[in-house]
Amino acid sequence: MLTRVLQGLAAILLIAAVNFVLVRAAPGDPVSVLAGEAGASDAQFVAQLRTQFELDRPITTQLANYLGRVARFDLGYSYRQQQPVLKLIVERLPATLLLTGSAFALSLLFGVTLGALSARRAGTWVDSGITVVALVFYATPLYWLALMAVLIFTVQLDWLPGFGFSTVGAGLRGWALAADIARHLVLPALTLALFYMAVYARMTRAAMLEVAQMDFVKTARAKGVRPGRILRAHVLRNALLPVITLAGIQAGGMIGGAVLTETVFAWPGIGRLMFDALLQRDYSLLLGTFLVTAAMAVLFNLLTDLVYTVVDPRIELAS
Amino acid sequence: MKRRNLIQWGASATGLTLAGVPLHLLAAGKKGGVINAVVQPEPPGLMLGITQNGPTQMIAGNIYEGLLRYDENITPMPSLATSWTSNKEGTVYTFKLKPGVLWHDGKPFTADDVVFSADVFLRKTHARLRANLAAVESIKALDPLTVEFRLKYPFGPFIGIFEVGSMPMLPKHIYDGTDFLTNPANATPIGTGPFKLKEWVKGSYIQLVANDKYHVKDVPLVDSIYFHVIPDAASRAAAFESGKVDLVPGGAVEYFDVQRLAKLPGAALTTKGWEFFAPHAWLWINNRKAPMNQVKFRQAVMHAVDREAICKVAWQGFAKPATGPFNSHIKFHNSADVAKYPRNIDAAKKLLAEAGYKGETLRMLPLPYGETWARTAEIVRQNLLQAGIKIEMTATDVAGWNQKLNEWDYDLAFTYVYQYGDPALGVARNYTSANIAKGSPFNNVEGYSNPKIDELFDAGAKEADPDKRKAIYLQTQKILLDEVPVAWLFEINFPTLYRAKLSNIVSSGIGLNDSLSGASVA
Repeated sequence: MLTRVLQGLAAILLIAAVNFVLVRAAPGDPVSVLAGEAGASDAQFVAQLRTQFELDRPITTQLANYLGRVARFDLGYSYRQQQPVLKLIVERLPATLLLTGSAFALSLLFGVTLGALSARRAGTWVDSGITVVALVFYATPLYWLALMAVLIFTVQLDWLPGFGFSTVGAGLRGWALAADIARHLVLPALTLALFYMAVYARMTRAAMLEVAQMDFVKTARAKGVRPGRILRAHVLRNALLPVITLAGIQAGGMIGGAVLTETVFAWPGIGRLMFDALLQRDYSLLLGTFLVTAAMAVLFNLLTDLVYTVVDPRIELAS
Repeated sequence: MKRRNLIQWGASATGLTLAGVPLHLLAAGKKGGVINAVVQPEPPGLMLGITQNGPTQMIAGNIYEGLLRYDENITPMPSLATSWTSNKEGTVYTFKLKPGVLWHDGKPFTADDVVFSADVFLRKTHARLRANLAAVESIKALDPLTVEFRLKYPFGPFIGIFEVGSMPMLPKHIYDGTDFLTNPANATPIGTGPFKLKEWVKGSYIQLVANDKYHVKDVPLVDSIYFHVIPDAASRAAAFESGKVDLVPGGAVEYFDVQRLAKLPGAALTTKGWEFFAPHAWLWINNRKAPMNQVKFRQAVMHAVDREAICKVAWQGFAKPATGPFNSHIKFHNSADVAKYPRNIDAAKKLLAEAGYKGETLRMLPLPYGETWARTAEIVRQNLLQAGIKIEMTATDVAGWNQKLNEWDYDLAFTYVYQYGDPALGVARNYTSANIAKGSPFNNVEGYSNPKIDELFDAGAKEADPDKRKAIYLQTQKILLDEVPVAWLFEINFPTLYRAKLSNIVSSGIGLNDSLSGASVA
């Protein structure tokens, strides 16, 4: 276990160093973007910004400084946003976790349920129906789905808000605020959930049908175990491993994986912060978000492995 | 008529108009209410002395003020200065300041603030003003309400450099003796304007509230303005359609959506409020390299491009063909007495043959500002192909575009530039030899150099007499249109979309970049 944690930390530092180099390989820098936006610039302006952003030092010095700071949990300062990177990320974290967490739970719940239903009724119209729906959502681009959701439920029907985190200027508190946020959450969370739901449904169905052919299931059936119990205890439990693997990947990408959804629904999360930072070459902020994303991926990798051992006691955590 | 007589405005003028809007209209506006606007992209900061990009100006124009404002003909109007005079030679300008003006923190605004803002703060941080103030020898406070600018030589456009984005007034008592760029007060901007910053939820919205101590009675009319951050263009269109926002600035939704949204019930549209900026679009032509170093090659490009189609198809009518280096909204523009380049593929082919163009493939750099610019580039590429010029598009994002222009790493490249009302302020920088320097996408990026043009722009800037300037700039336009350093494409008429229940949202030549002090909600 300790080895795994140490390996994880080493991986994160390595990712930080590689990211640093990759980000610098992109053309342009934050100074050229800022100067470009100002509509006018001269040598003095550019030099002043370069000094302020510490871009006038050798790149190796910058990399060493950066890694040193990361080791001390200091993510640096975003000169563009004029705030510490950690503060910017922490501010956006709740919104992103709320969105991706809800989407995660929804997609897992509905995906596995629909998949199990589909497997149980394999070959019937229920199975075909679920398969068709799942494939449609799987194949539809997220961006298009999100825009259609806004056009239908916000612009045409006016049922649900399509933009932002809560009603701006409403001055709500307590439960009223929670309800307001929940209403704003519905469209983005559902949009984001549909894609993964389709994947979970397909995967659960396939795995369950495979497991159902195995000898121990036949044995259980021969022993006279009730069909419902066979399905839950024997088939589903053994079919869940690939689903857990995929869930682990989805969970690891929860922080940065919602760029499109956050953009369309103007959801103030990390994905957008990362995307803006990329376009503006806001190096320290971009690296900060990459680092947090990488840390989440490593963490969920570890958690996934732990969950395996719980679901299937035959698996042991390598030390 | 002598210019110096013209600019001897008195306090009597202030009685007639306020913020450029006749007083009876202001009085008719209802007090109270909220305006929901779109801002795109989210500004990096609201301290106008440090950040001057579009979104910052749109919001901070409500917080800060300049000494003067300008109407749609770029005629100066009083703001923090109530009157101004100059000596006969045009080398000494004296401004009388409005008494009783307070900063948002309650401290009085005085001549010391003006001297500090212009001479100390902005000379350090504001690249454009630094260039505009090159002619200024000294700035002095004669008394708490009088400021004197002494010039080294007459500077023709001098009275045009006092708008809020060009020279915002900043509080000396907060910034004096500090490091301006890192002063924590930058997060809580203090101005004299009609609105104050209330709250900025990063990634969501910026809220301004009415300044109840504003120096004009009963102004502003609305209680609060929200600027919503909505990062996707299609979502911004949907936000206007669904009624979440009432005000969408030019360029924030794609032009094919603008026409549709403007036809919705209760929606309205204006293209006013960009006269001072006069956005002018062209194709940079890298004059340093063959075949672009040939005048005939560049003339061929001018003939090949179908400006009418670009304006009609890509810009849905929100652009108009450019006739030359000067935007028609700026002073001394002349389209009658200069060479013209109507679309003529045969003429283009003939010029290309004479220029000795051998069919080399040229790299064209589009402006990565969304769908409209992508379509513009497609049309131009098609036009040039018809004339026989081979084009390869370079894909890039905004940072890469800046970088390539900064480094002169292009053959043909799209851009648009503000011209700020006067050729000496917004045109000269793109054609004079002194402005050939790497590191800026707004100077003489094409590398054109002509001593006669340098001389003319210099003479035009240092001349105070408008009639003489007119003659100088006519000659300038003639030469530029003969030599075609870049291929001028179109003037942008940015459409502002709003709900008809709003009135007076545009009250001057800088439009939404000015304050919404006179705007009201029915």
